[in-house]
Amino acid sequence: MAGEHFTNDHEYVRVEGDEGVVGISNYAQEQLGDVVFVELPETGKAFKRGDQVAVVESVKAASEIYMPVDGEVIAVNSDLEGEPATVNSDPAGAGWFFRIRIADKAQLGELMDDAAYSEFLKTLE
Amino acid sequence: MAEPASTSSASTSADSHNSGSGNASASLLRTPLHDAHLAAGARMVPFAGYSMPVQYPDGILAEHNWTRQSAGLFDVSHMGQYYLVAADGRHETVARAAEQLMPVDILNLTHGQQRYSQLLNAQGGIIDDLMIARSREPEHDGWLYMVLNAACKDNDFAHISKNLPDGVHIEAAYGFTGLLALQGPKAAAVMADLVPAAAQLAFMTTGKFSLAGRDVHITRSGYTGEDGFEIAVHDAAASHIWNTLLADPRVKPVGLGARDSLRLEAGLCLYGHDIDETTSPVEAGLQWSIQRRRREEGGFPGADRIQRELQEGPARRRIGLTLEGRQPAREGAEIATPDGNVVGRITSGGFSPVLGHPIAMGYVDAAHAAKGTALQAIVRGKALPATVVPMPFVPTNYYKPGI
Repeated sequence: MAGEHFTNDHEYVRVEGDEGVVGISNYAQEQLGDVVFVELPETGKAFKRGDQVAVVESVKAASEIYMPVDGEVIAVNSDLEGEPATVNSDPAGAGWFFRIRIADKAQLGELMDDAAYSEFLKTLE
Repeated sequence: MAEPASTSSASTSADSHNSGSGNASASLLRTPLHDAHLAAGARMVPFAGYSMPVQYPDGILAEHNWTRQSAGLFDVSHMGQYYLVAADGRHETVARAAEQLMPVDILNLTHGQQRYSQLLNAQGGIIDDLMIARSREPEHDGWLYMVLNAACKDNDFAHISKNLPDGVHIEAAYGFTGLLALQGPKAAAVMADLVPAAAQLAFMTTGKFSLAGRDVHITRSGYTGEDGFEIAVHDAAASHIWNTLLADPRVKPVGLGARDSLRLEAGLCLYGHDIDETTSPVEAGLQWSIQRRRREEGGFPGADRIQRELQEGPARRRIGLTLEGRQPAREGAEIATPDGNVVGRITSGGFSPVLGHPIAMGYVDAAHAAKGTALQAIVRGKALPATVVPMPFVPTNYYKPGI
């Protein structure tokens, strides 16, 4: 259950023990274009899978970010406040959005692994 | 020119705002530059029934900044190019017919002069906004050239056709639908190398020229706030003109995404968003486009309302807002006073690449429209402090020799 898991909406959750780091995929940042603002959730708040948890604003549009699995937000990437473009330059690394405590790791099995996500992207071409 | 770019609308997930880029495009119309966009790596989106480039590989921000610093090349061939034609070949005949539909002074247009105007409904609401020009050549008197918004052009055509007197008709520029915009501080230098005489055109004037061996109509105007040109060309020659302009290293292609952010910084209205059939030109702050003779004489649709609003002031006004912080307030967001009374709504909003903070335009009750008024924009329940500022947000850079 390690590695990155992806949703149909292009969020990823990277599992680290009982915790997960959530962000958006490289494909998503390419589609969004230049990110100018990220509205992050409050720490300590619990969300259900599919809840709107954050909003990413690009020059072009506002896009909602959904919780990939049930969990509680335990940290947010406050560096994005000053440097939102990090989401474009390093979506899987420094451009992470927030960290969660995963409530039910079984839900990860319903997300796509790297290979499945790559296949999924091909269907969008 | 005002033109809707649906890219400014909010969307619900990372991919949904791009829907259509890879599917359901079979029924979309294509401009004569479609293949050129694909060759340039454009991301194509459905827009006003056309497949249009929203951005090229450089991205919206880079394209925006390039247009402000050098010269951007836009395909605006989706817009409607039409002629109003008087059978008797007299300017006065066609001008009086056009003046029945819009509040601009067309009678006193000089040869080669273009003006911005609006088609009005009987209530003085805006059916569309447009550019209208008188031919430079006296032998073409009796013809007026119009550029209409892509999303409105079919409806406009029907409306105009129905409301013309005998002896005047409207016709599309069949086969001559190519329309390119070259915009930016270096546009004039680029043009001077290709068509020196066109580089001498003053803002809002037009003429016939030869560019790279092709017949073109060039007008000094645009939709970015920058100096620049709009180049009308035969479909078959459009890609030749496009490639000729792009061969200049000062020129890069720019998509609809940056076109929207550029016009917003310039404070220019986007039809269907900042103006529509409910807004009057006076509410929209477009009274500068209604010349004195027309204000006094009336004789255009909705003249009662518009003359009254000019006298007494309108009940609401279009305003510009700058927002603190980085979070944009977009179309649909409510505008409230500092104590929370809702006094209006945002019609266009986004992040200004040049200013580095969010900007927006919208309508508020006239009592709250004064420059410097403190307001707030309500975005997803959060109140963002905002201030009323004059537009344009970014100074315009038009070429007006002798002024």
